[in-house]
Amino acid sequence: MTRAPAAVDVDELLDTARILVCCGSGGVGKTTTAAALALRAAERGRQVCVLTIDPARRLAQSMGLTELDNTPRAVTGVESNAGSLDAMMLDMKRTFDEIVLAHADPARAQQILANPFYVSLSSSFAGTQEYMAMEKLGQLKAQGRWDLIVVDTPPSRSALDFLDAPQRLGRFLDGRMIRLLLAPAKAGGRAYMKVFTVGLSMFTNVLTRIIGAQALKDLSVFVSSLESMFGGFRERAEHTYRLLKEPGTAFVVVAVPERDALREAAFFVERLSAEQMPLATVVLNRVHRSGAPTLSRERSLAAAESLAAEPSADGGETSLAAAVLRVHADRMTTAARDQRMAGQFSGAHPGVPLVEVAAQAEDVHDLDGLRSIGAELGSGPEASAPLAG
Amino acid sequence: MSRFAGVKLHVVSGKGGTGKTTVAAALALALASEGRHVLLTEVEGRQGIAQLFDTAPLPYEERRIASGVGGGEVYALAVDPEAALLEYLEMFYNLRRAGSALKKLGAIDFATTIAPGLRDVLLTGKVMEAATRERRGGGRLYDAVVLDAPPTGRIARFLNVNSEVAGLARMGPVRQQADSVMNLLRSSRTAVHLVTLLEEMPVQETVDAVTELGEVGLPTGAVLVNMVREPLLPAASLDDIAAGRIDTGELARGLKRAGLDITDTLVSALAGEAADHAGRVLLERRERTTLGELKLPMVELPLLPGSAELSGLYELARRLQAGGFA
Repeated sequence: MTRAPAAVDVDELLDTARILVCCGSGGVGKTTTAAALALRAAERGRQVCVLTIDPARRLAQSMGLTELDNTPRAVTGVESNAGSLDAMMLDMKRTFDEIVLAHADPARAQQILANPFYVSLSSSFAGTQEYMAMEKLGQLKAQGRWDLIVVDTPPSRSALDFLDAPQRLGRFLDGRMIRLLLAPAKAGGRAYMKVFTVGLSMFTNVLTRIIGAQALKDLSVFVSSLESMFGGFRERAEHTYRLLKEPGTAFVVVAVPERDALREAAFFVERLSAEQMPLATVVLNRVHRSGAPTLSRERSLAAAESLAAEPSADGGETSLAAAVLRVHADRMTTAARDQRMAGQFSGAHPGVPLVEVAAQAEDVHDLDGLRSIGAELGSGPEASAPLAG
Repeated sequence: MSRFAGVKLHVVSGKGGTGKTTVAAALALALASEGRHVLLTEVEGRQGIAQLFDTAPLPYEERRIASGVGGGEVYALAVDPEAALLEYLEMFYNLRRAGSALKKLGAIDFATTIAPGLRDVLLTGKVMEAATRERRGGGRLYDAVVLDAPPTGRIARFLNVNSEVAGLARMGPVRQQADSVMNLLRSSRTAVHLVTLLEEMPVQETVDAVTELGEVGLPTGAVLVNMVREPLLPAASLDDIAAGRIDTGELARGLKRAGLDITDTLVSALAGEAADHAGRVLLERRERTTLGELKLPMVELPLLPGSAELSGLYELARRLQAGGFA
């Protein structure tokens, strides 16, 4: 049994939302979906900024994302008088560096930027990217230049990392561990031994034995620099987290009709509901359809077989038709499978809107491609909305 | 035909959506020929192996999960960084009891989720431990270890994490451990295989990953092209069909001959589907050429009807054997 998914008016969403967050597992077309939504909203007359994480090279080029300067740039070729589209690609290290430079005096900032733990945390920690995406979202929102900000989320281990990593990093930078690590830097030498508990000395002993004294010192210096600078890292993380719960924020969960991708999407849908965060819609990319659904797979294959068994005199017309019928049968098989997957998802998540986007023959790498995806997401080719007076 | 006979650690990476877990599992089945023991590991906490083999979630413990193609044994392990850390503390420092105290302080959470790179150090460390573990009476316990690794975008960084740690921890046991992991990973006993589809983004990421792995001195193995579909149209007419220059009159006559009720709508819908198909085959051809330029061993794996059921895994395993993994 399958159920029709709840309806959603994507165009209305694009006209009213303030923040749209696109999430989903890797390889499902999140970036393309984010860009297509942003372009359509802009062409419907809004001032839009799209924050992408890791766009395909050609798509990035088509959006003018060639300069990696971590600031939004106008996308040319947007067909609208009133609307506009800016795009940027997140540079996580740079975003982190900018926070450091903005909050610490120059000497201290340089000390932090050069610390080996900072270098490692800012460039390779799995979680920094999520945190910095949220940080950047907060910054863009604070600038107040845009009606709508569309965010693409990092290619996480799983879609849920995006929700958890910022808080986790915030919790860490604000937490008990940090205070412990700060201890050696704040209190030196013997005083430190007296003041702190057996638990702590055991802890530092262990750490020293494991990573070595020099590394522990680097770590401790790093942590104390960060602390003096940030005050409440956790507060910052919670602030952006709250931003996600504000009215005007909506989530778009992106998936493809594959088991793993739909499982991730289901986790995400359930999590959003538990966190009382608004899910706008599920976008199901790469759905196969047939223009000739009345010719069944079985009938098509049987016809191909009969042609192969009795070819025409020169063979031309029968071999062409047989090949085309096999292509059709193949398409019908895939289409049926995709519908089954979509139906199972909708059946298990009644009330969750689902919009399908047809499988594209090639990857999208220009504005026209984005526009046609936008048309499928919204209702029809005309992007422009009659602007309410 | 055993191209990777000397390889003990097979690292399998690929862009999200390329089916790397499925291919890693099939590779483990392929390598488990008569009398051999193969360990299949995952490190991303997704329980992908359990889902694939339709079993209960795997604990942090090696357990037999399947028979290999040639009658060997496949074991599976889901590496959990927290458990790996506690095990590590016990192994090297006899500090298992300290574990719970450290946990209370948030140190375990710190080490496994926050500390830069430490999580990856623990994961790679555990995999190395399994790959080099000895059997009582000498010899390796496992003939091969297959690692379902993080995706291509992160693979070089993930595997190279130990050299970064070596930069941070200039001495001490962590440094020694990091050095020995790097020695294994950089040796000819390791091969990093990249799973891809014949699509633009996965191929681009594969090419990038090969470059990145080369830069950090990690050995690339094979390119495993997954979900390859049979071309259904005659090769000679692909260009014409893709460009929409299909002879609809001829097509209509053929369809009529097959006894179908034809309408213009039907003919043009079918011609459109044929054009899509031809376009995709041409794209796949270009992507295959790009992959060929990498000059790496390449094995093509067919798209399985029904998503990756057990019988399908064995089919893929046989293809991998034929392609030089045995």
